[in-house]
Amino acid sequence: MSKTTMTRRGVLKTGAVAGAGVALPTIFTASSAAAYTNEPTGSTVKFGFNVPQTGPYADEGMDELRAQELAIEHINGMGDGGALNTFSSKALGGDGVLGKKVEFVTGDTQTKSDAARASAKSMIEKDGVVMINGGSSSGVAVAVQGLCQEAGIIFMAGLTHSNDTTGKDRKANGFRHFFNAYMSAAALAPVLAKEYGTDRRAYHLTADYTWGWTQQESIAAATEAMGWETVNNVLTPLSATDFSSYIAPVLNSGADVLVLNHYGGNMVNSLTNAIQFGLRDKMVNGKQFEIVVPLYSELMAAGAGENIKGVYGSMNWNWQLQDEGTKAFVQSFGKKYGRPPSNSAQTCYAQTLLYADAVARAGSFNPCAVAEALEGFEFDGLGNGPTLYRADDHQCFKDVLVMKGRDNPTTEYDTLEVVEKTPVAQVTYAPDHAMFGGAEASLGTCNPGA
Amino acid sequence: MLGMNKKDTALMIVVAILALGAPILLNPFPTESAMAQFNAGYPDLMQRFAIFGIFAIGFNILFGLTGYLSFGHAAFLGVGSYSVVWMYKLLDYNVIWGLPLAVVTAGAFALLIGYVSLRRSGIYFSILTLAFAQMSFNLAYSVLTPITNGETGLQVYTKDPQVLLGANEANSPHFFGLVMNSSSKIAMGGWEFTFNNGYYFCAVILMVMFYLAIRIFRSPFGMMLRAIKSNNTRMTYTGLNPRPYALAAFVISGMYAGLAGGLMAAMDPLAGAERMQWTASGEVVLMTILGGTGTLIGPVLGAGFIKYFENIFSKINDNILHGWFSFLPDGLEDFVVFIIHPFIGKGWHLTLGILFMLVVIFLPGGLVEGGQRLKKLVTSKKDDSNNTAKTEPAE
Repeated sequence: MSKTTMTRRGVLKTGAVAGAGVALPTIFTASSAAAYTNEPTGSTVKFGFNVPQTGPYADEGMDELRAQELAIEHINGMGDGGALNTFSSKALGGDGVLGKKVEFVTGDTQTKSDAARASAKSMIEKDGVVMINGGSSSGVAVAVQGLCQEAGIIFMAGLTHSNDTTGKDRKANGFRHFFNAYMSAAALAPVLAKEYGTDRRAYHLTADYTWGWTQQESIAAATEAMGWETVNNVLTPLSATDFSSYIAPVLNSGADVLVLNHYGGNMVNSLTNAIQFGLRDKMVNGKQFEIVVPLYSELMAAGAGENIKGVYGSMNWNWQLQDEGTKAFVQSFGKKYGRPPSNSAQTCYAQTLLYADAVARAGSFNPCAVAEALEGFEFDGLGNGPTLYRADDHQCFKDVLVMKGRDNPTTEYDTLEVVEKTPVAQVTYAPDHAMFGGAEASLGTCNPGA
Repeated sequence: MLGMNKKDTALMIVVAILALGAPILLNPFPTESAMAQFNAGYPDLMQRFAIFGIFAIGFNILFGLTGYLSFGHAAFLGVGSYSVVWMYKLLDYNVIWGLPLAVVTAGAFALLIGYVSLRRSGIYFSILTLAFAQMSFNLAYSVLTPITNGETGLQVYTKDPQVLLGANEANSPHFFGLVMNSSSKIAMGGWEFTFNNGYYFCAVILMVMFYLAIRIFRSPFGMMLRAIKSNNTRMTYTGLNPRPYALAAFVISGMYAGLAGGLMAAMDPLAGAERMQWTASGEVVLMTILGGTGTLIGPVLGAGFIKYFENIFSKINDNILHGWFSFLPDGLEDFVVFIIHPFIGKGWHLTLGILFMLVVIFLPGGLVEGGQRLKKLVTSKKDDSNNTAKTEPAE
């Protein structure tokens, strides 16, 4: 026999438990349907900065991170406002974006597509970022851009110079402020013709991956158009550190210009080897032997030291420019970190501001609205002069700098000098250019996710 | 049950509970709390736990049973990924075409590499496999670019044929309409749990593969493999030829790796050459040793351990540290952050390296041995309390 004792307290307890049990399923329905991926609902919004913190481009990555942190400060109204004061669009009021304070998370791309995608995915899925910015390699940029397209968030590319990023691999959710190999070639070729003449024979050493190939293709086409002859193109493995065996045959090839389609540590090593072989002291075909490095960076210049004196190359931006935007940014960056920013830092800074500004103008974080605000956007005051974000391929069009290794550097940052500012008209190309995927390349449609 | 003894059934049930409950078990901290940084219950990381678990289980069949240390298993991982992405490009996004192909091609590669490499043993075998893997990596990275799309990684373009693609078919990997990257989020109090299709797909395959590994471990074939490890010469003297057994183990573990690689591409439709690099091969060795070589559950634990560090510790930056220690006075806060700084963010390798050293020195049997010691500690205490009255003989 069981004995039942019913007390007031017991009934209340049972009732409360039963009530909670009945109410339980309703909390499962509490998750609201978002209009797009990672719609920010609180008082803050998160940006994701995915930069190489380890591996060959770690230095560039750390400099990008500095600039991104500075951009967040300026957007949130801290510090001196930097280039926001000179930016032509005034949609940002220094109180965050659309009244939300901006926060950020960081990830390490390791300069590997796989690792970069893993860290980007964790930022999207775990931290709920609305935008990813940064990176220092075209392979990584293309991979992360594809991921952002699938996930439905905006990708603001960092340093990526391959034609493919906004060429055959262009995506509706991806945007590039940095210039590309075609632009480098278009800007460099006339300067090279003026300095070295139009009857030169060029020998290319090219890093054996997509960026190297597109740059070699671009430079060869542009120099051949003005009368140069391409003697040979030798592909070198990305992991190579000693280029002596590649330099030796150059002397016997009858070439009188060596083009190094290398970046980062590759370029530092190959240029050093070339100088050690005394290439620049040689006379070939009755002309002085010359070396060209189409894509320069401050960090590479610092690594190559003495060897870059008088060597021509191109850059997206340099801290020595004298326009208002550059001055404001360099001053703000210098005050915080005690050094001038690199050109990869500047592109990330500009991209972060451009994204925030586009959100403010669109009035929404919806990636499709933001993309629409960025497409065909014309702006000035971020350091590159008047710039257009072309709607057809999401590539920025602006002046390109032709640089030369300075003969008498005064400080450790003063290693390069600006030779010429190539006007934007000279580096513009059609969106369906053959080097950019031709007529087949398309952005696809914008994906808001969710 | 299912041809397993009681102990293995219990282990299988534990693995099933862990695998199916991961989205809840790995999210112990409320979303808004400061500790949410350490939550691992988001789809991408859980998928990685399952995929690298499969990879490590397969590697353990070779290394744990036969003792042949392969440094080239990442090659099979890459081959699996490329197979699956090619099936996306040619047929459609259904993973049913790619995954079996990934297993078959990886098996074929393993047969080829294994046939050559297994002519030697010990360090020479390791070097041979390493050489083959580096060859595969270099081929994928530059030489075979038309097939692998080189450094950029193989991906699907709109202009690809995709002959089986239906009008209403999902535009991302799916299994007969079950879209891998879609998930349902359930908010419960301060917690939010994400139940992802792709993860559960991987988890089910992980359980099947784990079951298969148990059966291999307990089979006469598994006994032969152990014989190779314990005394290869004696095995030859008894009239058995060890090489076919070793080759079979090599191919099986290659197929596991191919499946894992295929699943990576099934979760994320891109195949990069980096996943074939020697560092990736080394990683699976670390996973197996860290977890416990030759044990069933060890490699899965090791895989989870390493992936957790890679994805969680690498994302802690100085700002977060300052947030944690903001209660300290300014000078002290900066000092504490300065001390911890080298071990987080880009320094996660350092933290992992120290932990790996500690495990290898103090727990040579890996995490599994750690668990066993803990268990012994608990049970021996119980014994003590029972045996207090018993008199011990003097020495």
